[in-house]
Amino acid sequence: MLLFLARRIGLMLITALCLTFIVFALTNMPAKLTTLAKTQAGGRLTDAEVQSWIVENGYGGPLLTRYGEWLGVLPGWVREENGEVVRGRCVDLYDDVEAAGDRCGLLQGEWGYSTRFQGEVDSLLGARLGATGVLMLWVLIVMVPMALIVGVLAGMREGSRTDRALSTFAIASTATPEYVSGVLFIALLASSTVGISPLLAEWGWIEGRVLFQGNARSAMDDITLSNFTLPVLTVALYGMGYVARITRASMTEVMTQQYIRTARLKGVSFPKIVLQHALRNALIAPFTVIMLQIPWLLNGVVITEVLFSYPGFGWTLYEAAINNDIELLLASSVVAVVVVLVTQLISDIGYVYLNPRIRIS
Amino acid sequence: MDPLSWFEILARVAQQLLPVWVALVVTYAVSIRFKRKLGLYGKLFDSTVGMIGFGIVMFWLFAALFADLIVTHNALSQVSGMRNAVPGTPLRDPGELYPYYLFGGDALARDVFSRMIMGAREVLRIAPFAAMISFMIGITLGLPAGYFGGKLDTGLTFIANLVLAFPVILLFFLLVAPEIQETIIPTVMAGVLFIVPILFVTVLLNARFFTQPGKRNLYVGVVLLVGAWAYLGLVFNADPSGLWSMSPNILNVFVAVVFVNAPTVFRIVRGITLDIKTRDYVAAAQTRGEGPWYIMLWEILPNARGPLIVDFCLRIGYTTILLGTLGFFGLGVSPESPDWGSTINAGRRLLTVYPHPALVPALSLMSLVLGLNLLADGLREESLKD
Repeated sequence: MLLFLARRIGLMLITALCLTFIVFALTNMPAKLTTLAKTQAGGRLTDAEVQSWIVENGYGGPLLTRYGEWLGVLPGWVREENGEVVRGRCVDLYDDVEAAGDRCGLLQGEWGYSTRFQGEVDSLLGARLGATGVLMLWVLIVMVPMALIVGVLAGMREGSRTDRALSTFAIASTATPEYVSGVLFIALLASSTVGISPLLAEWGWIEGRVLFQGNARSAMDDITLSNFTLPVLTVALYGMGYVARITRASMTEVMTQQYIRTARLKGVSFPKIVLQHALRNALIAPFTVIMLQIPWLLNGVVITEVLFSYPGFGWTLYEAAINNDIELLLASSVVAVVVVLVTQLISDIGYVYLNPRIRIS
Repeated sequence: MDPLSWFEILARVAQQLLPVWVALVVTYAVSIRFKRKLGLYGKLFDSTVGMIGFGIVMFWLFAALFADLIVTHNALSQVSGMRNAVPGTPLRDPGELYPYYLFGGDALARDVFSRMIMGAREVLRIAPFAAMISFMIGITLGLPAGYFGGKLDTGLTFIANLVLAFPVILLFFLLVAPEIQETIIPTVMAGVLFIVPILFVTVLLNARFFTQPGKRNLYVGVVLLVGAWAYLGLVFNADPSGLWSMSPNILNVFVAVVFVNAPTVFRIVRGITLDIKTRDYVAAAQTRGEGPWYIMLWEILPNARGPLIVDFCLRIGYTTILLGTLGFFGLGVSPESPDWGSTINAGRRLLTVYPHPALVPALSLMSLVLGLNLLADGLREESLKD
């Protein structure tokens, strides 16, 4: 088990290194740096001014050296004028001229400086991840029970009318990406001119003008039913169908097993068979799928946070990407890779732990 | 003129879609008549779910094909006074034009209905081909990885997992940008990715016919010739006849979508190959002395077709979703483009006041993907029956 863990963690480190290097190389292409210089220094720069901005801000060195600086294995860049240190990677970060020539990268715990948000990446990303964590928590609270209930109800009597209806619903939900369901929800529930909100307002059932809000920015301070329902539903809906279909497949397989037939012949009631005999065995496969679903939900989170302007991790990733905020993007990709690989690890371990046939052998 | 009622709008839309209805009726009549002779495709018409899914997919396919007959206005032209017009609004001064905006006008006073139809064409021009190329790449790499195993398998699996560990959206932002289009990266990636299908078909035919050199030389020669022609046109935009060409931003989008899809296909094919290579008929072929590529392509691949066909339908749907995502973030498409993703993106700014410009493409995209998923479900059900 320890060897397995060590190998997985080693693989994770190599993957993270490769990925961050690719991100680093793609964000540091000359054309991208020119765009960055123009957005940062503002307005119309001549080509020579762009070049001098790139050199002055430490983007001039060779790619590999600067990747090493970001990792913290090479000393940070330093710019001297008349023999005096004026700027440098570590000088800017610590605001201390003495730090010139030190190493200050990932290994030293420095994630760098965000050019888009003008702040340190680690504190910024920490707050944003917290916000997304809350969103994800609610998504899982809504998605998992709903998916399991739909899957189990559909799978317990294969081919029945309930099965047909619920399976179609599950398929429909996998066919509705976040940018479609978000638009539908906003038009239906969060518009003061169309959908059901004007009707409800006219009847006096709701106090405000709309049932739910189409903008979740206020959820940063105070999460309410009105500002958080739609983003949560939007993310949960797309992920739900897939988990429900896996649960259904797993449930139908379990229901054909010998021990279920034995229990039926013994005269155990149907609800009891489902709850006591079938359910536990049927939930092993969905567990792994739910864990693997989390990194996939991350994409949905980006779309949803942009659509509802909820400043979480996804929104930050979007802002960093359109502004070519190199160090923020690198940190975001590290986070994303860690999320992907950790959930894979948990799902592997959980699968072994939940399945006695594998655990004991 | 008065605005149209909802009933009149639907009636007029149905009338505009007449070519689609005719084509659908003909397709269904012919297919159901000969369904016993059509193999898996014919069996599809035994399953209600499959038939509904197939119907929706064919609806959009015919709509894209006959788009020029269906549209009421030019998808790019603006008509004064029609900004954000509600569905069924009559044109102020129609002249030669169709007198109504059936599904209303968008924020730039363009006809939403015509843009929806032209959007179908944009989507269906890329999605199936991107899915097909992804499949060829996934198969060409997945078969040897599963069959030979060892270092090759470890290496390819590592690369596939590397791509899959990337958040798709970050990858899109990195790969599909105007700055990237100016560099050599998309061309290089297209050069590598598009050579795989040619290799695939060449090896496929060579493995089958190498005992009959005459036939082999003819088939492989034709494939190489057509392949090289298409390759020059698509990758380098250097086809002298201009039949094969792709604008740089479409190429960029295409490459990014293929790049995201291929590793998943690779994993599926590799998994199936690992399973099938333990079967008796593979052992029999090995004993006969068949070469590894013959076994992979003519023994294992045909027996893996069921799950692969099902996944192919799902993958076209997923590719459609990915294209929509690209459009939603305004990546890789021209701002005027009527594709559904960018139309949704353009419409969401005024969503709470004028929802129709965003709702129409959103529902279209959803219905196309739903149709593909239902079709896949029907195919799965029918292919499990034998």
